[in-house]
Amino acid sequence: MAELTREEQEAVAIGDYKYGFHDEVTSVFDMRRGLDEAVVREISAHKNEPEWMTEFRVKSYQHFLKRPLPQWGADLGTIDFDNIYYYLKPVEQQAKTWDDLPPGMRETWDKLGIPEAEKKYLAGVGAQYESEVVYHNLQEDLAKQGVVFLDMDSGLREHEDLVRQYFGTIIPYNDNKFAALNSAVWSGGSFIYVPPGVKVELPLQAYFRINAENMGQFERTLIIVDKDAYVHYVEGCTAPIYSTDSLHSAVVEIHVAEGGRCRYTTIQNWSTNVYNLVTKRAVAERNATMEWVDGNLGSQITMKYPAVILNGEGARGEVLSIAFAGKGQHQDAGGKITHAAPNTSSVITSKSISKDGGRSSYRGLLQVNEGAVGSKSKVVCDALIIDEDSRTDTYPYINIDENDVEIGHEATVSKIGEEQLFYLMSRGLSEEEASAMIVSGFVEPITKELPLEYAVELNRLIQLQMEGSVG
Amino acid sequence: MPDLIIRNLHASIDGAEILKGVDLELSKGEVHAIMGPNGSGKSTLAHVLMGHPAYEVTDGEVVFQGEQVLELEPDERARLGLFLAFQYPSSIPGVTVANFLRLAVNAQRRGADGEENPIRIPEFRGMLQENMDALKIDRSMTSRYLNDGFSGGEKKRMEMLQMAMLRPQIAILDETDSGLDIDALRIVSDGVNRLVGPEMGALVITHYSRLLKYIQPHHIHVLVDGRIVRSAGPELADELEREGYAPYGVQEAAV
Repeated sequence: MAELTREEQEAVAIGDYKYGFHDEVTSVFDMRRGLDEAVVREISAHKNEPEWMTEFRVKSYQHFLKRPLPQWGADLGTIDFDNIYYYLKPVEQQAKTWDDLPPGMRETWDKLGIPEAEKKYLAGVGAQYESEVVYHNLQEDLAKQGVVFLDMDSGLREHEDLVRQYFGTIIPYNDNKFAALNSAVWSGGSFIYVPPGVKVELPLQAYFRINAENMGQFERTLIIVDKDAYVHYVEGCTAPIYSTDSLHSAVVEIHVAEGGRCRYTTIQNWSTNVYNLVTKRAVAERNATMEWVDGNLGSQITMKYPAVILNGEGARGEVLSIAFAGKGQHQDAGGKITHAAPNTSSVITSKSISKDGGRSSYRGLLQVNEGAVGSKSKVVCDALIIDEDSRTDTYPYINIDENDVEIGHEATVSKIGEEQLFYLMSRGLSEEEASAMIVSGFVEPITKELPLEYAVELNRLIQLQMEGSVG
Repeated sequence: MPDLIIRNLHASIDGAEILKGVDLELSKGEVHAIMGPNGSGKSTLAHVLMGHPAYEVTDGEVVFQGEQVLELEPDERARLGLFLAFQYPSSIPGVTVANFLRLAVNAQRRGADGEENPIRIPEFRGMLQENMDALKIDRSMTSRYLNDGFSGGEKKRMEMLQMAMLRPQIAILDETDSGLDIDALRIVSDGVNRLVGPEMGALVITHYSRLLKYIQPHHIHVLVDGRIVRSAGPELADELEREGYAPYGVQEAAV
């Protein structure tokens, strides 16, 4: 991977990344840099957590210490764990309206240009859709139906039994080094519960923003979709450009009960000084459906492989992954599916783009357990390389322990052809426009799966990434 | 002064000289045909005029309405009013015909200072439907991906649709007749004839004279070994049909 000098990073920031500003919000409570058991206990104490959670954190911290860095995937040896702030509390209490936020922070949300819908969510109230504040109405309506949509800390306070039943069961604290770290110092994230039969028609949204330098953000999300229920959860993320690194390490656990369906969409646009090391896993019970739509455009290094365990007969899992690796970026992304029950089906579709020396890797695991008869799976990974300096790799791991299955795997690598560019340019499109058009066509099989607003946003981010890449 | 002037044009690819001094003048309202045997440089001429990066121009100039064309990128040439109908158009998977055409039309409408002047959607839709009807193109084609899985005939019609939408001043048609049956040939020819006039001239490149039964050229030029060896009126087509390129020292079956 190409190393960037400080000047180059800033040039990249000015040229391509429009969310690289930060505001001067002073936190009301912050931990010292670095991590030890006292910090872990202090976070828990500060949050007035039940003892089982404190013990869970400490146990996780001890595992984090013992666990070596992964020796595969991207190079993580450059992370300076002692230089990171593990907990920063920006405001005394959750605001009920945008106006209750400190002016600097309020301005950030405005400047981010996040749709009104998302802003209103962060104030814990509602969001506007078209000309109506539909989210607010919906939320009241959904709350009456028993839907819970809270930040994770409130979720723990208000629904401790439910949290305790699932928390850390889908992704155990010792799953990997970064899951252990998150389990030790987690803060924030979403807690969602959708009762049986309730269909949440509009997406629930979360937006993650890092503001401080050397920040570690460790949100923790737990989504429980009960029988025959449906929810679509969307997350977005950005951060300021700094010359030193920040760390984002989330854990997302999802349980989809019989006949339920959950779709989880990420449009990740971290600045290029963020390490994005996230563990996401879902369990789908009988006839349930889990879909991950995972867009990785930002960050310095991303390692993320959303997983589905197909645990009940007839369960369906899908991973749609887009990775865009520009200058100085390494996107190591993909998906994991485990067929643990008969007649389960899965699809992994991965599209990666590498440009300006960027590196993208598809890393996937397809596991079919013995007894998962009649399982069907299809894996398609396509890579597009914009220029000679860039790189793409494919690591498709497939373990099949059952004979009666149907498995398909296809992989392609292509380059933007001179003839395609010439053809489009001969119609008046500039080289940048022509390249961007080819790229947006390349990812179209995934963008067409997104609600229109997010498809537009994703295309816009791809256009921004393509700008300045040629000429 | 003619709209397009080609003077002593030399061009090579991978070090091999293909065009060895081409001279030609063409104005709006005129149809010129370039005929020649395989390998004579016809397609090279078309690509060099549009600015294909694989070709190196080693001598000569191309002037379009007073502007030096050879300095310009293909998109700048397009915005000036040049158009190339490709013999083998590229396919662009994932990009619909409608979306592509709208962006191309908007690129064409952009001001010299780069200022956008996007076409209004209803106007675009009307223009698109009118041109598709004229070219007998099924409307469902707008939601297909550009040239992706198109038959040979569909690709040629798509080239004609683009020409009609972009309204060039000079259209270069590179072997647009190759691989077409008579019906398709007629549709393509109608597409060209509909636009040729005070607003547009055409340079029709073809190996066979049959296209010239449908598109009447004012002038025919014979290109052999990178040079125009003969220019005459439309009657030259009959002569070439009878005698082939043998009189020019080329052993090839009759055209």
